[in-house]
Amino acid sequence: MNILSLFVIVPVLMLAGLWASRNLTQVKTTMVAGASILLALSVYLTIEYINLREAGAQGDMLFTSSIPWFEPLNICYSVGVDGISVVMLLLSSVIVFTGIFASWKLQPLTKEYFMWFTLLSTGVYGFFISTDLFTMFMFYEVALIPMYLLIGVWGSGKKEYAAMKLTLMLMGGSAFLLVGILGIFYGAGGETMNLLEIAHKSIPAEIQHIFFPLVFLGFGVLGALFPFHTWSPDGHASAPTAVSMLHAGVLMKLGGYGCFRVAIYLLPEGAAMWGDLFLILTTISVVYGAFSAVVQTDLKYINAYSSVSHCGLVLFAILMLTRTSCTGAIIQMLSHGLMTALFFALIGMIYGRTHTRDIRNLRGLMKIMPFLAVGYIIAGFANLGLPGFSGFVAEMTIFVGSFEVNDTFHRVCTIIATTSIVITAVYILRVVGKIMYGVPTNEEHLKLTDATWDEKVAVIFLIVCVAGIGTAPWWISDLISNSVAPIISSLK
Amino acid sequence: MEYTILILLLPFLSFLVLGLAGMYMKSKVAGIIGTISLATVACLSYYTAFSYFTGARNAEGVYPTITAWNFNWLPFSSNLSIDFGFMIDPISVMMLVVISTVSLMVHIYSFGYMHGEKGFQRYYAFLSLFTMSMLGLVVATNIFQMYIFWELVGVSSYLLIGFYYTKDAAIAASKKAFIVTRFADLGFLIGILIYGYYAGTFSFTPQVNALINAGFLIPLALGLMFIGGAGKSAMFPLHIWLPDAMEGPTPVSALIHAATMVVAGVYLVARMFPLYVGYAPDVLHWIAYIAAFTAFYAASVACVQSDIKRVLAFSTISQIGFMMVALGVCTSINPHEGGLGYMASMFHLFTHAMFKALLFLGAGCIIHAVHTNEMSGMGGLRKHMPITHITFLIGCLAIAGIWPFSGFFSKDEILTACFEFSPVMGYIMTAIAGMTAFYMFRLYYGIFWGTPYNKKPNYNPNVHPHECSLSMTIPLMVLAGITCVAGFIPFGHLVSSNGEAYTIHLDTTVMITSLCVAITSILIATWMYAGDKQPVAAMLAKQFKGLHKAAYNRFYLDEIWIFITKKIIFRCISTPIAWFDRHVIDQFFNFTAWGTNAAGEEIRGMQSGNVQQYCMWFLAGSLILTLILIL
Repeated sequence: MNILSLFVIVPVLMLAGLWASRNLTQVKTTMVAGASILLALSVYLTIEYINLREAGAQGDMLFTSSIPWFEPLNICYSVGVDGISVVMLLLSSVIVFTGIFASWKLQPLTKEYFMWFTLLSTGVYGFFISTDLFTMFMFYEVALIPMYLLIGVWGSGKKEYAAMKLTLMLMGGSAFLLVGILGIFYGAGGETMNLLEIAHKSIPAEIQHIFFPLVFLGFGVLGALFPFHTWSPDGHASAPTAVSMLHAGVLMKLGGYGCFRVAIYLLPEGAAMWGDLFLILTTISVVYGAFSAVVQTDLKYINAYSSVSHCGLVLFAILMLTRTSCTGAIIQMLSHGLMTALFFALIGMIYGRTHTRDIRNLRGLMKIMPFLAVGYIIAGFANLGLPGFSGFVAEMTIFVGSFEVNDTFHRVCTIIATTSIVITAVYILRVVGKIMYGVPTNEEHLKLTDATWDEKVAVIFLIVCVAGIGTAPWWISDLISNSVAPIISSLK
Repeated sequence: MEYTILILLLPFLSFLVLGLAGMYMKSKVAGIIGTISLATVACLSYYTAFSYFTGARNAEGVYPTITAWNFNWLPFSSNLSIDFGFMIDPISVMMLVVISTVSLMVHIYSFGYMHGEKGFQRYYAFLSLFTMSMLGLVVATNIFQMYIFWELVGVSSYLLIGFYYTKDAAIAASKKAFIVTRFADLGFLIGILIYGYYAGTFSFTPQVNALINAGFLIPLALGLMFIGGAGKSAMFPLHIWLPDAMEGPTPVSALIHAATMVVAGVYLVARMFPLYVGYAPDVLHWIAYIAAFTAFYAASVACVQSDIKRVLAFSTISQIGFMMVALGVCTSINPHEGGLGYMASMFHLFTHAMFKALLFLGAGCIIHAVHTNEMSGMGGLRKHMPITHITFLIGCLAIAGIWPFSGFFSKDEILTACFEFSPVMGYIMTAIAGMTAFYMFRLYYGIFWGTPYNKKPNYNPNVHPHECSLSMTIPLMVLAGITCVAGFIPFGHLVSSNGEAYTIHLDTTVMITSLCVAITSILIATWMYAGDKQPVAAMLAKQFKGLHKAAYNRFYLDEIWIFITKKIIFRCISTPIAWFDRHVIDQFFNFTAWGTNAAGEEIRGMQSGNVQQYCMWFLAGSLILTLILIL
């Protein structure tokens, strides 16, 4: 059996296990066991993939296989991975693994919560391994729907409103997407849904011009493209910790991944026509998100807007269409996924103790919960692109890559986007200065305790990943760059 | 030369060990770990310097540039990548010596100064991190490696300024330092991007053809890089973070904000010097003008400050201005034809690092003894703290430029270079040197002479000044010793703009002028501040009240910072954007949802289940369709 199918089978088995679980211990055992297997699997896959490539394996994707499941439309369950999807799978497993520890004490309806959580991760894994457009779309929907319940039931604050808004906006995006996918399918002759095969066919330019914006917008909504990002602040603010982690860490990456894999790869002519317009939107996202984050008072809002800025940078880099910038975009997805998950995990832990996320009510946390405070500061440094953390590697690759495009328009956009690194420093240090430092003002907070073991597992694991990529980036950069190369060269 | 990796690795390991396991250690153990690792680094640096400078020059009579090791850290594209390496050439070796010496002194000194302080382990961890980053910066083999360590130095500075994290002033100062330098680094980064694209490499020695083809973009890139350097080296108007940075522990100010990190900008320009001279002479002249203004501005502010660390901070800004001016007035790479400034700048960097660290550590001793930074709590301390007094005096004489102390030699070289460039520049810089002597001796008399501390109006009876422990005075003595002899180092033989050995000739006219100016300034300061009563100073302050107040408040330049962050970024950009986001974009989607809902409400009446109504709709519809068809 294909190793990739395990990424779908294991979560399904986890679902069955959860269904059969009788008590909390069994639920948690199932989750940890399943997530550990998936993590081990993705590490194994990465190593195996690198080995195969070094041994000289050819082809755009490895581990491919295809099983037809709807003959009339030639829809197949086709899977395959290249360096990009391998990295995304690795990211997903890390976030799912740590997400479980971050929701260790979640009440009530723990079993049901984890079932939806697992279903969501099934969709995510399925999306990254699929090479068939329709299958991909199906997994995409599987990943979106559980979000509605996870926020609506287990969320906080205006959770119904947030859940509804998020789902409707993302569904609106997927409506565009479906039309776009059908357009690609028929444009390429209506014989195959497999994107590797479509890539070798030529879709007429006028069809590309029509369908590129639909596909790009469809995925772009999920990638928090301005002005379709407003679901993100409310959604994140209301979602429970692990859901925020999974959402910002992985689900938003589906958008960037889709834009690159489907919109750019299959519709290069469309990208050439619409690229400038979308580049302006993404540049706005980058700066706009950063500036919005400066004045927020809710920790999760700050992070949500920061995500708008950082995910904007992903789409920005993709639209630059150079090998270096697209490599940077993928590293940025990975890096942003890890560090946002870290941030949301820490915010969840702080909220769980203080019951507030308002920065005006928090002060001197360094004195009260040093572990969490130090973790938060490290996450902040990673976020503002300090060397030694993954964010720096990603941002520098993006900026150097974007600068390779030699015309004034792209240059101006690049320089505008680089200013975000200063604004990021402003909002990160503002929060750190306000809530971590100083003398605790709230008497109640003095009684609070520092992180417990399960929380430490999540935080340390994520910090190690972020710092690991930041200090030894060459292998991941090579892995991604070699997979980006055939896609970029096919555009020219 | 592989052993050089230890120079970077040891402080990094000590950072990791102290950072992760520090809290489980006794504070003394942590301090010893940090100090031993640094002592090893210092020995290795001295060994490197010794073997390099005693080693052979190559055929052109130049010390060769050696890359001890280099590896590809992050590949971008076929020709661009970030490398990590260790480059040995005269200025990097000189910097290795400076950094490891001052850092070692600060490590030893901190045993006494930070004794019993909470977070002692954390303090040593950050010191190690800083030392590692600074060493990495100076040995960088390419501009991007330099940028990486540049940022790391910035963050260590942030962490150390904010060491007393419960103090509001320290929090604000650390934030300000980081954001201001980060803003400057944006210029640096864009400069690197332009340079990397057009030169086709991040190395310091690009292809000449590529540079010529790039036209005006190379000067632009170099100018932008200078903005980064100006941020770190506190050039006007990006200097605003440095005086506030004095909120950090005093040994940190000595190490980071006086001797090493703040000269990173000077080092950057020196590192790229052949490019500046060859392709961007105009930029270099602008650097000279900006630096000269900075030197003057900072010196004038230093004359009226009452916080001793602030005086030293402004004097640092002013002295860095001297170094930058020296680089800026260079017109050629040949030391005999206008390239003297390069050597002078590096020489002054070296001597300044030693005597300014000495002054700061001395100030630390004084603060330790009287528990205040303000001169109003000091005076007449010479009897109570003899070692501090003598070493501080040596530092003051050196910075004032009195023979035979080291500052005399390096400052004279700078003035000679300035006179070669233009007499106006020469006279201006001589005048600023005079101001330096004045404010330093004002400080000196204010601390050690003048009205005794116990006769001042705000005398604190709990203060009993005494000489500090040996761990604090030994570094003072070592640095004072270096300050006394450093001037006689044949510096021109080791470091010069084109690498050839160059014998320093002191220009007699320049020398005599500057000595006279310095001595006159000192005499004026003595006349004004040495006595128990200071009628002249009080009278002047009264006479020029407005000017005095403006200078005391640093000409209100700090208000710019508040204005830009609070008013512009916060009030004028971010608040409207956030409002726009919530009230326009978000409301648009809410409106769409509401519209859909409302439309649904409106037309739900049609689904009434009433057959007559359906009939009517049916007939009306048919009628309309028929009409359309007929017409």
